[in-house]
Parts: sequence; C-alpha cells; structure tokens
Amino acid sequence: MPIDLVANVVIAGVLTGLVYGLMALGLSVIFGVVRVVNFAHGEMMTIAMYATVALFAAFRLDPFVAVVPVAAAFFVFGYALQAGIINPFITRPEHAQFMLVLAIAIIMVNGLLMAFGPDARNVQVDYQLESFALGPVLVDKARLYAAGTALAVSAALFAFFKFARIGKAIRACADNYLGARVVGLDVKRYYAFTFGLGSACVAVAGCMMILLVDVSPALGPAYTLLAFVIVIVGGLGSMGGALLGGVLIGVSEALAGLFITPSAKSMFSFGLLILVLLFRPQGLLGRKP
Amino acid sequence: MNRRALALGVLLLGVMLLLPAFANSYVLSVATLILFLAYTGQAWNVMMGFAGQLSLGHSLYVGVGAYAAAGLFFHFGIGPWAGIWLSIALCVAFGAAIGFLAFRFGISGVYFALLTIAFAEFTRIGFDHLDWTGGPGGLFIKVAQRDQIDLANFRGPPAMYYYAMLVLTAGALALCAALLRSRAGYYWQAIRENEEAAQALGINTFRWKMLAVLLSSAMTAVSGVFFAFYYNNLFPEQIFNISRSIEIILGPIIGGVGTLFGPILGAAVLTILADAITEVLAALGWEIPGIKQVFYGVVLLVVIMFLPHGIWPTLARRLGIGK
Repeated sequence: MPIDLVANVVIAGVLTGLVYGLMALGLSVIFGVVRVVNFAHGEMMTIAMYATVALFAAFRLDPFVAVVPVAAAFFVFGYALQAGIINPFITRPEHAQFMLVLAIAIIMVNGLLMAFGPDARNVQVDYQLESFALGPVLVDKARLYAAGTALAVSAALFAFFKFARIGKAIRACADNYLGARVVGLDVKRYYAFTFGLGSACVAVAGCMMILLVDVSPALGPAYTLLAFVIVIVGGLGSMGGALLGGVLIGVSEALAGLFITPSAKSMFSFGLLILVLLFRPQGLLGRKP
Repeated sequence: MNRRALALGVLLLGVMLLLPAFANSYVLSVATLILFLAYTGQAWNVMMGFAGQLSLGHSLYVGVGAYAAAGLFFHFGIGPWAGIWLSIALCVAFGAAIGFLAFRFGISGVYFALLTIAFAEFTRIGFDHLDWTGGPGGLFIKVAQRDQIDLANFRGPPAMYYYAMLVLTAGALALCAALLRSRAGYYWQAIRENEEAAQALGINTFRWKMLAVLLSSAMTAVSGVFFAFYYNNLFPEQIFNISRSIEIILGPIIGGVGTLFGPILGAAVLTILADAITEVLAALGWEIPGIKQVFYGVVLLVVIMFLPHGIWPTLARRLGIGK
C-alpha cells in the first residue's frame, strides 16, 4: 500500500470528519442542555441537504451562499419545534421523548420521499473537481472549504457559549435547572434557543455535506446513528468531544474503506462505540456524570 | 382482575379461536402479524416495562433467532423444533453479553439504549459479510405446501401459523401475568421505579436486571424462529434494521408500557391503523411513496402527545376493569 495513497485517504477522512463533527455538535449541544436525545438529527441533516439541492436547482445558488438562508430557517424551525412540541415532554420518561422525536423523524423522512422521490440528488459546482497539490498529496477543494466552514462555525459556537450573555445563560440552565429558574431565567425559552442553535449547526453541516456525497431520504436514519456514535465516542454534551469524535470516525471510515471493504466501514464505527461505552462511558472528552 | 375483565378476556379469546373459520386469507395474515408484534412487544415489555431497561435493539434477537433456526434447516434439514433451542441459546448468549457488559460497567438510561442499537447494527453488518447465511443476498427456505400440515418442519397453511402465534401470545400473556405477581416482578418494578432505593433494600439489582434481559431475549428468539418459517426469507438489511426494533416497541408504547394488555392492544391498533391508511389512500387515489408513513407518523405523534401512558390504562378505566 503506497504511503501517499494512505495519506490522501487520511486527509480526506479528517476533512469529512470535521463536517461530521459539526453535525454531531448540534446533537451534543441539544443533549447537553435540553437532555433530550434528538432521534431526528440525521433526518434534519438530509432536509438541509435537500434544501441546498433545491436552492441550487432553482436559483443556481452556491452551497456556500445557500448555507445562510438554510441555517436561518433551521434555527427558526428548531426553536419552534422545541417551544411547541418538545418542551412539554422534558419531564417525561426517556422512552416517551424517544417516541415523540421518532414520530417527527418518520414524518420528516417520508415527507422528503414524497417531495423528492427515492432517487439520489446532488449539486454540481466546478470546484468539486479541482484540488490543491501538496507534494504527492491531493486535497479536494470542495472538501477543504467544507471542513473550513465547519471549523469556523464550531469556533463561533464555542465563542458564543463562552462569551455571549445568552450563551452563558444557556450554560446556567444546563448546569442547574432549578438554580437557573430561581435567578429568573426563562429556561424553556433558552431550551428552544438551544434547539434552534443545534438545528442551525446541522443545517450548516448538511449544506457542506451535499458537496461531498449524494443525498437520498434513506440517508436520514444512517446519519442519526452516525451522529450518536460520534457524540458517544467524543462525550455526550462535550463540544470539543463532538469534533474529535467526528474526525476519529471520519478517519476510521476512510481507512476501513481502503483496507477492508467500504461496506464494513460502519462496523468499525459501531465497534469503536461499543469499546468506548464499556471502557469510558462518558466518552473521550466527556466529564464523569 | 375482576369479573368484567375475565368476561372480556374470554370473549376475545373465543373470537380469536374462531377467526380462521370465517376470515379470508387477508384478514388472517393481518391477524397473524398483529399477534407476532403483540408477542414480540410483550417480550420487549419484560425488559422495559417491568425492569425499566430500554432496549432499542430487539431486532438483534429476532434476527439471530431467525437466522439460527433457518440456517440449520437450510443447510442440514434440521427442523425448527430442534433449531429453536439453538436460537434461544444464541439469543440468551447475546443478551447475557450485552447485559453483563452494560450492568457491570454501570451503563444505564440513554447510554444503555444506544449500546443495544450498537450491538444490533454491529451484528447486521456482520451478517452482511457472513457467507453461511447468504450474506446480503439473503437466506431462503423452501416455501410451505399450503394444503398439507407438516408439523415436524412447521410447514402448513396460514391458519397453522395463526394458531401457533395465538398460542405464543396467550402463553406470553399468562407468563407475564404470573411474573408480575412473583418475587421477580416486584423486584423488577422496584428497580424500574428507583434502582438505588432497590439496591439499598438489599435487592441484587444486577442479578434481576440480567434475568429480565435473558428472559426477554429468549422470548424474542422464539418470534425470530416464527418469522423465519412464516416468511421463508431473511435479509440482514431488513431483519436487523433499527426500524424493525422500532416496530417492535411501538406497540407496547402506544398500548401502555408496563401493562399486561398494552402490547397486544398497541400491536392491534397500529397494524390496523397502518392498513386502514393504506386502504383509504388507495381509495382516494393518493398513492405517492411515503404519504402512508407521513400519516402514520402524524397519528403516532398525536397519540404520544395526548395519551402519555398509552391507550390501555385509559381504556381500562373506561371499561371499569382496573389494570
């Protein structure tokens, strides 16, 4: 196996992994604050991908432009979903929350199937075929831009939670529900805001991902599982962990595809998940519960 | 359990027993599917409803149980009465591995649920690469002669499968009713409500949670064997799919988690609902792919939002028959 081929595959894996990481970051932020596992996460990802496809088909809108309206729309959608449907469920048992989000996911997947049919869709822009050469290593332009955007959005989110007043308030709600209410925070509104932010993350990830893969409705549940694997490996609720998990899974998928067979790639991800759950259940960067 | 409940139960059982005499083959196949989902849901309910351990990977046991018995039959001509023991043994081994790892390492709640998904997915991909069972191309067993009954190989007319499933469902109901009143049942409910308190009272929570997992996996193995010999074809992509796990748990959740009759009622309501939606949409001429599931999802959403404890507790109160 030539070393530059392996290097190429690893770099592509890292870049794709950063986009995975941003997707998982959305899930992680929602779980970390609202304590609801968003079983419709991958479905939301595919909706964002289809939205980008539709905007491209209708207005020739580049995915890097389309990301702005799509993310904004997803923020509003996520906010409304949490405020209208999920908020009454936050005190219910886990299986009830699970069923609720699952019903939403079923509606999403099949709504897409109705609107777009079962065939795979994509966007075609010229820079998808171009690449940068670093010695023997070729880096796809589209993949590099997508990873850069994912990294930038993740950094913005970190900064938001660290410095912005709303970000601090949200962390307070996550830390101590009762305490946050005692000091007068409208916890349910912050929950809705958080769900909006998580949705916006997954929207950006979706806009980037459509540059790398074709989308079909069946991809939704697969992305949901992938996002779970990533956040558990990285640490559910840990923001850095989501990115690290994304990169690890991206690289392991790429290497499994190269050395074994592409169809076995998710077996590695699930194997990694089982190992992490057993030996470090809080995840690589997670805090002990 | 009062008189009225007993009367309703006997009436229902009577109707079910006589059903093949007047039902056409379509109704019989729907009834068999309902019983299949009711039985499997009951098995899941032992783990979640009684002991509070949320499994989202029960397709693992259906799949392993189905493949073990079908593989023996396909390769060596060994019938299901012998094969079922291999199925049960393998599923119990899987259940023991998952339960042991999870409970020893203190994994619970959402993490436990995700671990069960991970095991099911891992096994699905494993079977995709296992040549002995045909890999992704599937495993097919010879379709039954519909006009003669071959009990030794469990081949026969639809009514035979219907009665087999009826016996299983009634047996599971009786077993669960007995379990709920046994020491194990009370320990499980104590663990479900508050595990730490149960432990403080001296209950060996590890042992009793393991028992729930083992029993549930063994019961689900049997429904896997039934699945293999009823449908005659197995694909890893279908049988291990997470959507099958979800199909299994929808019934008990809609019917009422932890209740005895909830899984049966839920399976009936959901199966009939899905078929009714298909019929109505076909009559209206709205046959767009996906539209059926969208309606199904909307109804599911409404039930979950407005009947948080499931249909059965509410219905039982209306009928005045307690739990």
